Amino acid sequence: MAGASQTSRLAKAGLFAGLALLIAAPFIGLYPVFVMTALCYAIFACAFNLLLGYTGLLSFGHAAYFATAAYATGWLVRSAGLPPELGVLAGVGLAALVGLVVGLIAIRRQGIYFAMTTLALAQMVYFVFLQAPFTGGEDGLQGVPRGKLLGTVPLASEAHGKLFGVLPVPDDIVMYFVVLAVFVAVFLFVRRIVHSPYGQVLKALRENEPRAISLGYDVDRYKLLAFVLSTALAGLGGSLKTLVLGFATLSDAHWSLSGEVVLMTLLGGMGTFAGPVLGAFTIIGLQNMLADRVGEWVTVIIGVIFVVCVVAFRRGFVGELLAWQQRRAHYTAGQPVSRKEGP
Amino acid sequence: MMLKKLVPTATLAAAAVFGMVPAAQAQVSGDVIKIGFITDLSGLYADIDGPAGAEAIRMAIADLGGSVAGKKIELLVADHQNKPDVAAAKAREWFDTQGVDMLIGGTNSGTALAVAKVAQEKKKPYLAVGAATSALTNEQCSPYTVHYAYDTTALAKGTGNAVVKAGGKSWYFLTADYAFGSQLQNDTTAVVKAAGGTVVGSVRHPLSASDFSSFLLQAQSSKAQILGLANAGGDTINSIKAANEFGITKTMKLAGLLMFINDVHSLGLKATQGMYLTDSWYWNRDAETRAWSRKFFEKIKRMPSSLQAGDYSAALQYLNAVKATGTDDADKVLAQMKKTKINDVFAKGGYIRDDGRMVHDMYLMQVKSPDKSTEPWDYYNVVETFKGDAAWTTKAESKCALWK
Amino acid sequence: MEIFGLPLQAFLGQLLLGLVNGSFYAMLSLGLAVIFGLLGIVNFAHGALYMVGAYVAWFSLEKFGINYWFALILAPLVVGAIGVVIERTLLRHLYRIDPIYGLLLTFGLALIAEGLFRREFGVSGQSYPVPELLQGATDLGFMILPNYRAWVVFASLAVCLGTWFTIERTRLGATLRAGTENPALVQAFGINVPLMVMLTYAAGAGLAALAGVLAAPVIQVNPLMGSNLIIVVFAVVVIGGMGSILGSILTGIGLGLVEGLTKVFYPEASSIVVFVIMAIVLMVRPAGLFGKEA
Repeated sequence: MAGASQTSRLAKAGLFAGLALLIAAPFIGLYPVFVMTALCYAIFACAFNLLLGYTGLLSFGHAAYFATAAYATGWLVRSAGLPPELGVLAGVGLAALVGLVVGLIAIRRQGIYFAMTTLALAQMVYFVFLQAPFTGGEDGLQGVPRGKLLGTVPLASEAHGKLFGVLPVPDDIVMYFVVLAVFVAVFLFVRRIVHSPYGQVLKALRENEPRAISLGYDVDRYKLLAFVLSTALAGLGGSLKTLVLGFATLSDAHWSLSGEVVLMTLLGGMGTFAGPVLGAFTIIGLQNMLADRVGEWVTVIIGVIFVVCVVAFRRGFVGELLAWQQRRAHYTAGQPVSRKEGP
Repeated sequence: MMLKKLVPTATLAAAAVFGMVPAAQAQVSGDVIKIGFITDLSGLYADIDGPAGAEAIRMAIADLGGSVAGKKIELLVADHQNKPDVAAAKAREWFDTQGVDMLIGGTNSGTALAVAKVAQEKKKPYLAVGAATSALTNEQCSPYTVHYAYDTTALAKGTGNAVVKAGGKSWYFLTADYAFGSQLQNDTTAVVKAAGGTVVGSVRHPLSASDFSSFLLQAQSSKAQILGLANAGGDTINSIKAANEFGITKTMKLAGLLMFINDVHSLGLKATQGMYLTDSWYWNRDAETRAWSRKFFEKIKRMPSSLQAGDYSAALQYLNAVKATGTDDADKVLAQMKKTKINDVFAKGGYIRDDGRMVHDMYLMQVKSPDKSTEPWDYYNVVETFKGDAAWTTKAESKCALWK
Repeated sequence: MEIFGLPLQAFLGQLLLGLVNGSFYAMLSLGLAVIFGLLGIVNFAHGALYMVGAYVAWFSLEKFGINYWFALILAPLVVGAIGVVIERTLLRHLYRIDPIYGLLLTFGLALIAEGLFRREFGVSGQSYPVPELLQGATDLGFMILPNYRAWVVFASLAVCLGTWFTIERTRLGATLRAGTENPALVQAFGINVPLMVMLTYAAGAGLAALAGVLAAPVIQVNPLMGSNLIIVVFAVVVIGGMGSILGSILTGIGLGLVEGLTKVFYPEASSIVVFVIMAIVLMVRPAGLFGKEA
């Protein structure tokens, strides 16, 4: 259909533009540490979206997996002397394990009950981190070095010269491109999953679970796998964040972060690829930009965005953009506009 | 046709950039001396340091005429909300993008340790005023950290010894569950045991706890003579209030291991009279401190705490060092500071030791009874003065590699 | 005398304090259960409404000298009115779609409330004095109990029982329950169901505010008091059975007692014990202890 291929060409153009911007970012004056942090949360949001947007499961305690990997990587790299790539792998593995345990307990419940169960179990994880001595409790796990990737590439902040003698190269440039590479890999991986046969089954589950069951699919197994994948990727975001900023703290496990990742996905557009990324950048950007100038208003603004999104903007940035494109395509092709309600 | 497709694409890209707008290009502070101040502006420590601490720093800047060595002085203030990640991220961002030359540290030891690490990585001076943990100059000492006003060792040696000598032999601790609380409990335990006392037990409470009743009940059932409050600010105030409410004070005496004049003001002399406390400064100490404090009072309508006086002094000494060396280069300024004696309204004959500790007199004080207080904020009697090194960690006790 | 190696005093003291906490849990989870059981909305704003109720009491005392006893009536009315506004303008649109959105909306509202109050009052909180009639403490032998805390237990139990009775045993309650199970049919009888729904939400909000006023003299009136409690209260409601009024009352009190016990033996675990219980209950009896299967 003309509309669909137009939309997908537009989408591809948009994605390439975004990637180009991210590659150029450190050279055009954007603070690399900020962009890296936003990319870590974007990975977190993409992971969350896999579960919410594509499988239809709302996990309201997703911060637990982000934090598990963040603390694990932090401790392993700082105190056990592991190289960064092994630390990250271990963090992701641990997050997936916690995800498996939570999934096994929660997966049989539906809708709201599922969300509440994941929330309560995440709270348990929070309190474990609060009490455990190795996390440093309220003080956080500090002083995590970035180490050398694969034993050769130093990731730490160090001064570099100028590119082509003109463009100033920021200190964190090596780490930046590592994080960007991982982000792109995660993004493509999520796309791959969604477009695979497995992804189709997930979509079927989301649309009409009883039907899927009647067709003979073991829905619990499919949901559990999606859950574990999502928690593993969420953990990846957490591990990277620890390496970027050098610490892991209780804020990573707090339920307000769980709420924020829901907002990032909702705001950007559930069930779209670029949506969570945009949502993450917007929220992190807002927090960064406003914290200095307006202090407590940040919480209020986040709350207002929540309310507005739920009441009037359910499809999020990218969702609205795609819907608008489709309406335009239908108009120009002389067909009546189809009204689609939100997910 | 391509153009029509590019417009929405560009909108998408613009939206992404909008989220990144705040990050500005890295500045080099060629022409401006930038001082950064990160503290608890709105939480349980807001009164003892907080916005008034920023005012004190502004007073120091004003006293030097707003510029030094031909460069303007600028102050940046941020609220860390008692979260180490917020403090560390802000410190890093300020060093990377705002060209901040040095940081003055506010309250909360957890944030202080985090910021000290960032300052060490970026090789910039960090003058910790509000934080208490002695770890800043001990296990975690760094050539860039100066611990300015007080620390948990001094508090323990001061109040701990005084209370044991007054007959309080068995102790139970109510401890704030983070770096500061545990360090204070550890340091005081060592002092109590060395003085012949015993520690019967302890219980930890979350920072900014709202209800101390169950913790106090546990304390009471321990049958110890002394309830050592290893917490500060709002937590101390609430613990003392609750202890009175539940009649704990009938069977145990309270030892406030870290108390500031704002806490006494909040609780009133009736509830706090007779309590011992160790502090680095008192507004009513002599004519010079009184004069400066009156100036502070005009602006803030409260008498300054020792932390606010410390903020003033730290800023003043740093700026004087910049004036003397004519540069804002961190190593040169720190070297200058370390070889200059500190003589201002905060301390007389103070100096910075190799481990980063600013050595000066500490005071053991006792809260007056209501009938002895002659004017508002006249709350303390100075019982004993610990001169010079007396209150601080000794070389033998220190684990700092820089001080051997 | 010792129980499990601990003095009886410590034991009874913590249990009694646990009972006081349990009364708060019961009252708050009651409001939540009413709203979820009758309206199907997961009201994340419940903690914020509780907090606003406490602030209304404090504010009316500070500015207008309205004392505690009037505040007990004023705060629920004010917050109930806020509840009416929320229901009419925002929640009403969400009944037909996925309940997740109701949760997210009320979550957003809670953030707005918390942010606004933090902006205005800071985080340290304001103190609210114990009303004169209830000041002082009674020496029970094993501990000294402030009289106010005893009052809290009695007041919350009375309110809880009253609410349960109204919903389960009176005609009004029956109409309410019918209206949410089959609104069209009940409306056909001439009963204004939308009005009923609105008033139900307002009543739930009012209960939260009442809990806030009761709490004001015990803990500092501060913007975070709601968010500190809300997750625990949700766990209580889930354990009790999400639609069951009786379930949340009994679970709330029970949890307070269990927490008190935990504080005697293993204090660090007292914050986790509710979630452990919740996980176990969900595995064994997914609908909750008193719930009907969803």
